[in-house]
Amino acid sequence: MASEPPLLSLRNINVTFGGVRALKGVSFEVRPGEVHCLAGENGCGKSTLIKVITGVYRPEAGAELWFDGKPVAAMTPTLAQSLGIQVIWQDLALFGEMTVAENIGFQHAVNGRFGLVNRHAVQAAAERALAKLGVTLDLHMPLKELPIAQRQIVAIARALVGEARLVFMDEPTASLTQSETDYLIEIVRTLSASGVAVVFVSHRLAEVLEISDRMTVLRDGELVGVFPVEGLTQSRVTELMTGRNFDNAVIASDHDDQPVVLSVRNLSRHREFENISFDLRRGETLGITGLLGAGRTELALTLFGMKPAHSGGIEIEGRPVRFASNRDAIREGVAYLSEDRLSLGLNQPQSIADNLVMASLDRILSGGLISLTRKADVVRRWIAALGVKIGTPDDPIRTLSGGNQQRVAIAKWLATDPRILILDAPTVGVDVGARAGIFDIVRKLSAEGLSIILISDEPPEVYFNADRIIHMVEGRIRAIYDPRRMSLTDLEAAVYA
Amino acid sequence: MNSLIQRLNATLGADMAGPLFALVAVLVIFGIGADNFFSAATFGSVAFQLPELGLLTLAMLLPLLTGGINLAVTFTANLAGLAAAWVLQAHGGADASGGAFALAAVAALATGGLAGMMTGVLIAYTRAHPILVTLSMMIFLRGLGEFLTRGGDVSGFPAFIATIGHGSLLGLPVPLLIFLACVGLWHLLLTRFKLGFGLLMIGSNIEAARYSGLDTRRILVLVYTLSGLMCAVAGLIMLARFNSVRVGHGESYLLITVLAAFLGGINPFGGFGRVLPVFVALIVLQLLSSGLNLMGANQHLATALWGVLMVVVMAARTISTSFAKSRKKT
Repeated sequence: MASEPPLLSLRNINVTFGGVRALKGVSFEVRPGEVHCLAGENGCGKSTLIKVITGVYRPEAGAELWFDGKPVAAMTPTLAQSLGIQVIWQDLALFGEMTVAENIGFQHAVNGRFGLVNRHAVQAAAERALAKLGVTLDLHMPLKELPIAQRQIVAIARALVGEARLVFMDEPTASLTQSETDYLIEIVRTLSASGVAVVFVSHRLAEVLEISDRMTVLRDGELVGVFPVEGLTQSRVTELMTGRNFDNAVIASDHDDQPVVLSVRNLSRHREFENISFDLRRGETLGITGLLGAGRTELALTLFGMKPAHSGGIEIEGRPVRFASNRDAIREGVAYLSEDRLSLGLNQPQSIADNLVMASLDRILSGGLISLTRKADVVRRWIAALGVKIGTPDDPIRTLSGGNQQRVAIAKWLATDPRILILDAPTVGVDVGARAGIFDIVRKLSAEGLSIILISDEPPEVYFNADRIIHMVEGRIRAIYDPRRMSLTDLEAAVYA
Repeated sequence: MNSLIQRLNATLGADMAGPLFALVAVLVIFGIGADNFFSAATFGSVAFQLPELGLLTLAMLLPLLTGGINLAVTFTANLAGLAAAWVLQAHGGADASGGAFALAAVAALATGGLAGMMTGVLIAYTRAHPILVTLSMMIFLRGLGEFLTRGGDVSGFPAFIATIGHGSLLGLPVPLLIFLACVGLWHLLLTRFKLGFGLLMIGSNIEAARYSGLDTRRILVLVYTLSGLMCAVAGLIMLARFNSVRVGHGESYLLITVLAAFLGGINPFGGFGRVLPVFVALIVLQLLSSGLNLMGANQHLATALWGVLMVVVMAARTISTSFAKSRKKT
């Protein structure tokens, strides 16, 4: 296999977004029919690389791109499609109201003669594609009635309609159960056996190691290396991806002598989470981890007063509280850093200064009016305290890097003088280097007595930064762990089981 | 030249550049082209005509900044004027006292505020698009007003009311003084009030505002209520200037208010904008129409030129932004 010429080969790929280098001199290679894993943490450049390969982004001068032994001068989405390069994004981009056949064959539908839809061609194309996968599905079933795993099959089948030779799958198993994942892995094997190369992007190291032939690891926009999967262990891959080696100390310590700040009892919300109970003490960092759909964010939004609980109770410093809105929660000293920084956490078009004071306006009033000098003082103080790198406070916050934006978002909540800070996926879209900076801030805050709830779907983040870890599965607490009494591998095994 | 522009931008704000440029252009063109342009008569007519359009524009401004719109401004003004007219008539018509007028003003403000509040509640709680809600409100108010007046005028007010519409104080027309006070109030609201801060945040991302603890529903209700109150002020000024109230008065101003706001650098999608550039833009529009009038041009031609001006300013803005971007890169 090693002697075969590569199907796709890229060299010296550089991409820069607004001063941030997303890819630095990266090369990448896929052989015909292989299953290749593209690994790396969030924000390492995986998606950017895929978008370069499919012609969405243009790399800087000096880049080389070869497909099937021929140089490609300028890749475009149309050209990528005609070469047989397909991407199945995590959100699948399917049409819920349309049938299975229409979803698979819709390109045929759109390209029909005279702009008309040829139903027979659509159906035949769908049948051929499914046959390649060795799967039968009811072609007339509306897509929204299928379970997620089968929708995934539909997305793959759609990619195959266009005579695919190279298929990218972005986190295809993120929302699948174990048996569904096994089924998908079988499908990928069938595909690879029929000569289609598959590039797999996944966080779940166990399945990556099971399915792939080779692995390309990116870190911080740079190529770490290309490795044969045989002989790799999960911890070795983690080390390659993060560049840290995890003899990295656990910081967990006991807080039993500290007063309870937040007490949650049998908290439930229909279809989202059930019977959640825990205590959070002063200066303690409580990690919450679990897969997508475990109910983590929903629980956080309930604690923040944005989604009412249907039963159970919340006490803050011993007093029962009932939040009609997040304004009540903020008044009680609860702050919530949203997982969705782009559309919920920050007001992207507005200035750094306005974003920073948005949650604490009452504190900069003077005689009922906003005091511009107090506002400037608050902004200056927090920018300095959290080491945010900015031009001027009047610049739109969207001009900052992910890490600096996140610092401002944290500052926004610290300015409300909270007792409890809920951090929901605080490192999403933050460079690996900047992540450490964020966690340094978190540790400093907890040392100052702030109680923190740290939500993350990456087990290492809670393992190394929390005092205790709640593991949530399908809306319930599966277990509460002490990071001092288990290894990271144990935790990962439990979470991904 | 460039450094001069930069200094001006720094002191006045970048959004001031367009309206100021247009102002200078209009002054130069008419100064050369029209005889007697720089005369007391020209500025007198501008000063008296400006407040009606200006107050309605202020009423339109706040909803626009939240990313919404209030299509009911002119008919809200009419209805508020009607409420005032009835109070005056019930208290003696032409013989009504100053106290009756105070009562009439309160009735007008209550009517405008109530209409605005209803709009705000509908928008905030149903999340229906402001275009739909305010369009319904506009049709409702027009129908109601025409039903109540049978399509006719309501007139016969005490003589002192004409003073409010046509009189001067310290050499400045009274309507202009009222308008300037409202401009100052709106400026303060947007720069120093929590409400002003909140409505701008809502304009660029309402969900992010809500997640930060802003009471987005309350802000929306207040914004449309204030819009309605400002309509009522406009309605009172119109009552005083025409010495009568008629449903449909000022109807043609509706879209001009949107035009003036955009000319004043308001972001069409909400979230960004200031009062002062809008104020300058209003003066430009009024000068344009007075200047053409002076040259003997048809009034309809002035309206057409307002449209042309808008297109030119939009194009100039796009070109200057892309110019600024390309300079930044190199």
